[in-house]
Amino acid sequence: MSRGGRLFRAALRGTGELLITLGVVVLLFCVYEVKFTNLVTAQAQEQLSDDLRRAWAEPAARSTEPAPTASADPAPTGTAEPDPTVPAPSPPPVAVPAPVDLGGALAVLRIPRLGEWNDEPPVVVEGVRVADLKTGPGHMPGTALPGQLGNVVVSGHRTTYGAPFARLDELRVGDAVVVETRDTWFTYTVTGSQIVAPSAVEVAWPVPGQAGATPTRRLLTMTTCHPRYSARQRLIVSAELTATDAKSAGRPAALAAPVAAGSAAGAGG
Amino acid sequence: MYGWIWRSLPGGVPGKLLGCLLLLTAAVALLFLVVFPAVEPLLPLGDVTVDGRPPAASPPP
Repeated sequence: MSRGGRLFRAALRGTGELLITLGVVVLLFCVYEVKFTNLVTAQAQEQLSDDLRRAWAEPAARSTEPAPTASADPAPTGTAEPDPTVPAPSPPPVAVPAPVDLGGALAVLRIPRLGEWNDEPPVVVEGVRVADLKTGPGHMPGTALPGQLGNVVVSGHRTTYGAPFARLDELRVGDAVVVETRDTWFTYTVTGSQIVAPSAVEVAWPVPGQAGATPTRRLLTMTTCHPRYSARQRLIVSAELTATDAKSAGRPAALAAPVAAGSAAGAGG
Repeated sequence: MYGWIWRSLPGGVPGKLLGCLLLLTAAVALLFLVVFPAVEPLLPLGDVTVDGRPPAASPPP
């Protein structure tokens, strides 16, 4: 065979090997995204769980001073006339958790609707940086802390990194979302969900949709990407605080009984 | 490329197999621990916040 022919065959073989290699690398990347990132998060969650346990075991860590937005808090003693425009005033908090540093463990999130999802309920971290969200659902800094007046905004992955919010779309109005802090169970009740553009920052405002308004309700907003495997839109689930139970009194009613069998059909997977 | 690697590895067939295994492990480790984390932000799978900005960045009333 001529020298040119040999070179041509070598080049052809090299190109073929390169293309096959690239294909394998792309497949490996899928494995990495869908499987390997879960391991990264599982490890981080274990660490955060330990951090929480240790922090909650220390008696001095408790914050008794009112948090920033609490200055706008109406008197919790009930002497204030209830505002007729507010249908169901949220109960006053027992103990708002102390703020934590970025990347630190803040609270534990439980959603009875999601069934076995709660076997390993995710620890919510402070912060929504890329690195924070790799460790678990992130609490947006500057938004209310659990139990506070205003809007607790929590964002979580839908597809990768443990995908804590993969099944957020299964939540229905009336479902409970229980946030466990150092001393308190905060039970939020889902009031609705919506799909918005990624730029819809107004859902994260203290009063969603009303810039600068003074919050009078205690809300929880969970955000994740939508649809799954995409970032075209955001899935937003809104909830409002309906019960506050001291942890010394045992588990809250929302966690005591499983979601009724009939309504849990969507969570059976 | 792969033919050249196979021919270059020493130690007969067992040694070549061992060498292949080591090279493969190294390549996968490099991809999973360095390359993939680096290119991951280019994918939209991690975009879960609304605009990624705290509400402090929201416009005044």
